[in-house]
Amino acid sequence: MIAGIAPVDWLVGMLSHDFIWHAFLAGTFIALAAGLVGYFVVLRNQVFTGDALSHVAFTGALAAFAIGIEALIGLYSATIVGAVGMGALGSRARSRDVVVGVVFAWVLGLGVLFLSLYTTYRSTSHSTAGVTILFGSIYGISLSQAAIAAAVGAGAALALVFIARPLLFASVDSDIAAARGIPVRAVGLFFLALVGVTVAEAVQAVGALLIFGLMVTPAAAAHRLSARPYRALALSAALGVASLWLGLILSYAFPRIPPSFCIVALAFGFYVAVVLRSAGLTAWSQRMPHARSHK
Amino acid sequence: MPMADFGGQPTPSLDLWADIQQLLQFHFMQNAFIAGTIVAAVAGLIGYFMVLRGQSFAGHTLSQVGFPGAAGAALVGVTPALGLLVFCVASALGIAALSDGRGRERRAETAAIGSILAFTLAVGFLFASLYGGFVQGVYAFLFGTFSGISDSQVAIVAAVAGVAMTVLICIGRPLFFASVDAEVAAARGVPVRALAVAFLILLGLAVAETAQITGTLLVFALLVAPAATAQQLTAHPGRGMALAVVIALLVTWLGLAIAYFTVYPIGFFVTTLAFAAYLGARAVRWRTRAAGRRATALA
Repeated sequence: MIAGIAPVDWLVGMLSHDFIWHAFLAGTFIALAAGLVGYFVVLRNQVFTGDALSHVAFTGALAAFAIGIEALIGLYSATIVGAVGMGALGSRARSRDVVVGVVFAWVLGLGVLFLSLYTTYRSTSHSTAGVTILFGSIYGISLSQAAIAAAVGAGAALALVFIARPLLFASVDSDIAAARGIPVRAVGLFFLALVGVTVAEAVQAVGALLIFGLMVTPAAAAHRLSARPYRALALSAALGVASLWLGLILSYAFPRIPPSFCIVALAFGFYVAVVLRSAGLTAWSQRMPHARSHK
Repeated sequence: MPMADFGGQPTPSLDLWADIQQLLQFHFMQNAFIAGTIVAAVAGLIGYFMVLRGQSFAGHTLSQVGFPGAAGAALVGVTPALGLLVFCVASALGIAALSDGRGRERRAETAAIGSILAFTLAVGFLFASLYGGFVQGVYAFLFGTFSGISDSQVAIVAAVAGVAMTVLICIGRPLFFASVDAEVAAARGVPVRALAVAFLILLGLAVAETAQITGTLLVFALLVAPAATAQQLTAHPGRGMALAVVIALLVTWLGLAIAYFTVYPIGFFVTTLAFAAYLGARAVRWRTRAAGRRATALA
């Protein structure tokens, strides 16, 4: 930040750029959806489903580039098909981590082929396409892309809030939920489709490799902060949005530092602070009964 | 990534011997084959233990952590091999410390590993963007390159492989015992925990080596696929290890050769060949099983 300029003037200056508005518009709803969906991803222990989907997202977007269609179409269709496909395989896919590893390593290799097809046969100015998808370029979002991202993010967040109750029940105890007449399998599949949509959203903000920074890190912090589900759900979304906003401001202040690094680093900072705080609390509560026994 | 221009794209002929001569006529390709051979042998062998011990996810994490290591080394101006080694071995120790045998809190543990992964990759991206030669450098770290392996890199690869193989030969027998049945091994006085830590460090070394050829994102293919293929085909440990090494070598050699004669990246060919080997083994096993079932039905 340049010294001598009042912070308010500096913020006004920042907000006079169109690209900042686009980034805030898209980013807010992306972080909101990622925080909400991420809470359940951590609760249901599906972190590696998210990881596998990020590989699919990379390959889908680059395949779209290589054939010359809109990247968003490739991105969304690949992640949704991938998510529902993994859901259809069900527990068989999750238990065989070797199979999942072999398949997704190949999917990533396929993405590399598309990347080289794209950069070899089209203009060399496209050579940053791969980096954009891997690490995001939230400052490069146009107004129409931002509007789509915001609408899809808001839709995913609403859909999640709508199924939150049965999903929570099914995640905590699927047997009892099924006995009470909740369609556990359908709810799980719908949730995976939402994860697919959210991964495709998050790719636009922080990139395929850093998805966990928006989808898992705020949720992991929220799980440690509160055991009450709805409060933790709200906290997860709030932490995600706060990391994104502060990250955008920080990377505007220091242009050499990419925004996706700032966002992920802030989310990680929150998480580490929460872990340290709860570690301190545990140490304190372990000392307490000990002290009492000496009375 | 288009290949560097050597005055025209090399084309293969039908004469295998001439093709091999053409492949090895440049010094950089000789280096690539030497380094690739060493790396494939190490990856096949250590990958066998990784799959046997069900630690594929640790291998996956270690391979991604290599990216900030390589990018950071480029930023401070040392060889990426050194950064890869330091980061991979350090995070192997970190994983060993985190997973101290308590099965409890598994959910929190995976969330923690996921968060650390995203953060380290973000740090790698920061290093890479602070480092000048941006796009091509990032692609080389992530997806591998075979045209830039220097003599000193080959020496490092050979030295690290020598150390890793010596250690593996020394601890191979007890490690295999501990991997197959940790409880019985512990009851017989095998130091299971120390072996687990030693193996994670070996895995870190193998990942750091392999990443120099395949890139940090595709290491996993060379570690997991040959081993998984071998374990589909045989349950015998010695034969399985040998088979894993042979498959890794074939995949690497073929991948290098095809990548040399086309404009497409080596990472794609290595992952695709490895995947094809795995699918082939699944098909073979499925057919032998079906034949076995038919034989028992007839009997």
